Amino acid sequence: MISRSERLANYVILTAFAAFALFPILTILLAALGPDDSAGPARQGFSVAGLHMGNFAAAWEIGRFGTYLRSSLAVSLFVVVVSVVLSIMSGYAFGTMRFRGQSVLFYLFLLGIMMPSEAIAVPLYFDLRTLGMIDTFWSVALPQVALSVAFGTFWMRAYFRASSRAIVEAARIDGASVWRILWQVLVPPARPAIVTLTVLVFMWTWNEFLIPLIMVTDESLRTAPLGLAFFQGQYTSGFTLLAAGSVIVATPVVIFYLFLQRHFIRGLLQGAVRE
Amino acid sequence: MIGRPPGEPRRVAYLFLLPAFLVYAAFLLYPIGRAVHLSLYDWDGLSLGRWVGLANYAAIVADERLRAAFGHALVLMAFYALAPLAIGLTLAAILNHAKVRGLGFFRTVVFLPQVVAMVVVAVAWRRVYAPDGTLNDLLGAVGLDSLTRGWLGDYTFALPAVGVVGTWFETGLVTVLLLAGMSRIPTELYEAARLDGAGALREFFAVTLPSVRGEIAVALTLTVIAALRTFDLVYITTRGGPGDSTSVPSYEVYHRAFGLGQVGSAAAIGVTLTVAIFAISFVINRFADRGVS
Repeated sequence: MISRSERLANYVILTAFAAFALFPILTILLAALGPDDSAGPARQGFSVAGLHMGNFAAAWEIGRFGTYLRSSLAVSLFVVVVSVVLSIMSGYAFGTMRFRGQSVLFYLFLLGIMMPSEAIAVPLYFDLRTLGMIDTFWSVALPQVALSVAFGTFWMRAYFRASSRAIVEAARIDGASVWRILWQVLVPPARPAIVTLTVLVFMWTWNEFLIPLIMVTDESLRTAPLGLAFFQGQYTSGFTLLAAGSVIVATPVVIFYLFLQRHFIRGLLQGAVRE
Repeated sequence: MIGRPPGEPRRVAYLFLLPAFLVYAAFLLYPIGRAVHLSLYDWDGLSLGRWVGLANYAAIVADERLRAAFGHALVLMAFYALAPLAIGLTLAAILNHAKVRGLGFFRTVVFLPQVVAMVVVAVAWRRVYAPDGTLNDLLGAVGLDSLTRGWLGDYTFALPAVGVVGTWFETGLVTVLLLAGMSRIPTELYEAARLDGAGALREFFAVTLPSVRGEIAVALTLTVIAALRTFDLVYITTRGGPGDSTSVPSYEVYHRAFGLGQVGSAAAIGVTLTVAIFAISFVINRFADRGVS
């Protein structure tokens, strides 16, 4: 039994902590929806119920966030689709088959889970420069596929190992090919695990900063976080549009999170040691 | 450990592994090998490199600025790992006992910082710490004008200011992680402790804490690694300044390779960072496995 005063104290602690967690985020939101504080001629766009929605349009235009979001979307889609498909295939091999060199190969993949991108980005930059691949879509996307495949292989292997052997055996006796067993027998029930992997890879890719910073100088390839960093460096007249730009950059992942938060939290808690 | 996998020997496995392995080998395994190779040279990225053996690694100990960067990483660990762990244990212990409503909402809110791009987090906190920013406004409102300053431009306060951002975004993760662990503790254990006449504190140290050792290990591993890798945050808020009071290893990697043209040194720091991350993960998890389970 909990006394009423104790319960009240618990709510106070919870509220205080939730406020601390939300405080910087609210700082940004309030600034983005407030009147424009730039020194130039006031560009008061349309506002709804006192919320200055015009700030987003202005930031979109001045900060060129349309370009950056397109670039981020292309990179994220590519990295998510390719690394999830490749991880399903490699996880299937590790989780349901036996072959020579299995442990060694798996430990090699495990290395990548904790590999900091700082360590690989510098040599990659110079090797890709030699190949003339700097400033291309591939120089941003492929290193992130490699990082994601390490985690994805580990994740899907754990799932397939726990999956039912009997179903696979039955399908095999029925004459289904190895390929069909994977996509028609194992993958459909694996949907929750695959969704979790998808949201994690999407979040990591969308939020990645170091790799695009090093690999890209061409403005049309800049991803959203990179664009925001440049916008912050160049746009010094006031904070409103910077805040609006920040909201634009953060929104896609936050929307995903609010819909699929169970998957986010589960994935990150199950020892996702690639941050 | 990897047990005997199910299934029969099948050579087709190599075909399923091949695509993933090709990308992985080309864009991760090969680069890390190249990083080790480059770290043995003095190279500016343009002209011919000069073989220097382990000199770049020796510099990590000898070079004042590099020593400072690794020292700052240690300071940040207190903010990123220890503070969130202390707060998280307290919060989770309270929440686990209390039958509060709105726990789901609370979980969603405290986890939010993990989801927002670090660049956005950094922009937000720059605003909080600015000379005319939110923190100084708050201090002014309660009559502490004497304390206001440009927090990120202050030699004494810049590093702790960066650290507090780390505390802010790791605490939610740690709390949710520990809550998940505590919710699995069987109630019989608590009842037994009660019968033995244990108070709330004794109960926490005798029952709760030992039961979540595994979760504490995971939390420490994640947060310590995050403390070692604060690139985005430092790049946006301070660029290692003022002076080099907030330089950290991951920022030094970038700064040396692309700012100073010391690619060999940058590679050596990157390799050292990787080794440190592996070693820390290993040690923490060894500690978690030992003791009474």
